[in-house]
Amino acid sequence: MSGNASAPTTSSASAGTAGVPVPGTAGRLGGMFSELRAAGRAGLVGYLPAGYPDLPRSQRLLRTMIESGCDLVEVGASFSDPVLDGPVVARAQHQALRGGTRLPEVLRTVEAVTSAGGRAVVMSYFNPIIAYGQDAFARDLAAAGGSGVITPDLIVDEAETWLAATESADIDPIFLVAPSSPAERIALTAGAGRGFLYAAAVMGVTGARDSVSSVAPELVARCRQVTTLPIGVGLGVRNGAQAAEIAAFADAVIVGSAFVARAGLEDRAAAEAAIAELATELADGIAGAASDDQETPA
Amino acid sequence: MSAPAAAGGRPRPDGLPRPSDALTGTPHDPDRRGYYGQMGGRWLPEALVAALDEISDAYAKARTDPEFLRELDRLAETYAGRPSPISDAARLTEHVGGARILLKREDLNHTGSHKINNVLGQALLTKKMGKPRVIAETGAGQHGVATATAAALLGLDCTIYMGRVDTDRQALNVARMRLLGATVVPVDTGSATLKDAINEAFRDWVANVENTAYIFGTAAGPHPFPLLVRDLQRIIGAEARVQVPALTGRLPDAVVACVGGGSNAIGAFHAFIDDPAVRLVGAEAAGDGVDTGRHAATITGGSVGVLHGARSFLLQDKDGQVLESHSISAGLDYPGVGPEHSHLADIGRAEYVPITDAEAMDALALLARTEGIIPAIESAHAVAAALPLAKELGPDGIVLINLSGRGDKDTETAMKWFHLDDPAEPDQPAKPERPESPERPPETSAPTAAAAGNGENR
Ligand SMILES: Cc1ncc(COP(=O)(O)O)c(C=O)c1O
Repeated sequence: MSGNASAPTTSSASAGTAGVPVPGTAGRLGGMFSELRAAGRAGLVGYLPAGYPDLPRSQRLLRTMIESGCDLVEVGASFSDPVLDGPVVARAQHQALRGGTRLPEVLRTVEAVTSAGGRAVVMSYFNPIIAYGQDAFARDLAAAGGSGVITPDLIVDEAETWLAATESADIDPIFLVAPSSPAERIALTAGAGRGFLYAAAVMGVTGARDSVSSVAPELVARCRQVTTLPIGVGLGVRNGAQAAEIAAFADAVIVGSAFVARAGLEDRAAAEAAIAELATELADGIAGAASDDQETPA
Repeated sequence: MSAPAAAGGRPRPDGLPRPSDALTGTPHDPDRRGYYGQMGGRWLPEALVAALDEISDAYAKARTDPEFLRELDRLAETYAGRPSPISDAARLTEHVGGARILLKREDLNHTGSHKINNVLGQALLTKKMGKPRVIAETGAGQHGVATATAAALLGLDCTIYMGRVDTDRQALNVARMRLLGATVVPVDTGSATLKDAINEAFRDWVANVENTAYIFGTAAGPHPFPLLVRDLQRIIGAEARVQVPALTGRLPDAVVACVGGGSNAIGAFHAFIDDPAVRLVGAEAAGDGVDTGRHAATITGGSVGVLHGARSFLLQDKDGQVLESHSISAGLDYPGVGPEHSHLADIGRAEYVPITDAEAMDALALLARTEGIIPAIESAHAVAAALPLAKELGPDGIVLINLSGRGDKDTETAMKWFHLDDPAEPDQPAKPERPESPERPPETSAPTAAAAGNGENR
């Protein structure tokens, strides 16, 4: 184990070994998860890169996602080398970059979502945030009304500066855990993160898959043993039935590639209709799961 | 380097170290988190941390496992052809008119470059970890060929990712990898070169990490790769540190090596880091020139950021987007560099100089015509960097060039560059002399073709 986590709180690191779930830090997204808990259902989180297919259309489509049932959107910041993304999302990011979308445009997109009453986090690889300045980005995102940042290639071991920046700006640093993560790393990661813990449903890159793997429920169960932080499950979800399946054991269902693929449709109206339809289908799936399953998500 | 331990069996009669002797811990090892000063670490998805820990653990055990060390030494000697000799480049020395130039002949290794040193070690480690499949990225194709070779030797399934630009310019190596039974996957995303091949290899690894080892090709990437690859390449400098004094009576004044990700250079440098009188000079690929923006001189022209798992120098724009690199040499055409080189640059222990395409190609032709050695274009960058250094040091100096690979794979590129297939002048060789040198190499035949771009076009 090379993880010398100077940053995460020590209480959580010991929690993994003690086997007692440690209370997660609610963060900016705490309110949303309380509301969801009260409503007895999981949340729906949708991802789209800002600037895909172009900046105004991405802003329009993100609002559509919210109007059609997303509780939260992930505004994607694009990176030249998105190693955790499959072909659909990677291509969309390259197109957004060619169109000139950088972090300032991402922040404007967040503002467009939040000023319309929506909730937004940013999903970004870390090098652009380093180049922008970690403190400056956290501060500017808070000013734009953003709730947090998902950083797919930042492990907690390297997050000392980022944790301080997000703490002082009062936004949520959201980290990923994977099926390969051992209990002590899940505890470490959950202890450092706020808002929710992003559980990757499969070992692999983003991209819609036909079935939700059996490892997702097991990973969520392992997370629950060490933290009370809400758990969002993503990677590979593409339809209402899968969303329902995941909603039965997770606090949020995260959908990316399926939205991105629809956003890329040539015809604007068709893209918007397809996005609205997908969000509705996913939200219905989640609502259905909540009504047949009285055992509400934690 | 202390007297070679007998980890791999009896000491060699010639007193040279074996690869196992170069795996021992040093004061220059990174800290527990993989940092060399401010550089290194693990900047990549959490999903891969467990696999990296597994490699760290396996390597920590292998470093002291007599069976592993014996097998590594046996393959190095009986399969790859170690130790590699040092050649006294007498005619090149005479041509330059400065320091005595010595060549460390990694081009003579099986598969034609230093890459085999690393691959044999990592493939053996893969067997130890019980994984049946390996993947690798490749730029010039040398690491891909070496990996495919080791996979064939040890019975591992092998997939190689290679940018489409590189499968085109290094077609011969694609054919070699396929002959060796590997699957070669051309990568079309991004700039379709080495960096994109690495992205694709990481994507494969995330999905298949349970049964797959990623055999990283250079001393870069997330911890422990910079350490593991460096240690497997340290044999280059460890041998040279015995060979050069045996030949000349003392240590060299400078060790020169080309730097892509940095594996051959760190391997050549390492044994000399604690010899302050020995200058360590890395030759970076300057493409059309650093000031043109079309280059791959990461330390000379880049800034610190994170890419492919490490904090290190990087070619990036002000928004932290990684820039496409440019070099005639596929193996140096990479916008990143290993963290230990960034650290050595930071603390001033090593110097990094930019070498343009034209300078490298001139040096390639010069070495071919003075020594009868056609170097890889990568290695020709080191030759080019050594020429002014040899002049500067003067006749009492000694310069050691690490000749990381042979140039067979680059014949087609050289043919185009020098118009060797021009039917009008069928016997046209390259002109070896450089503008400031009035003397011709002793033996020439109608040297008229000038290297394009050096201002001497016919
Ligand atoms: C002959 C040769 N030298 C050098 C390199 C550059 O790699 P590194 O900097 O890791 O030595 C390559 C890479 O393909 C190569 O084939």
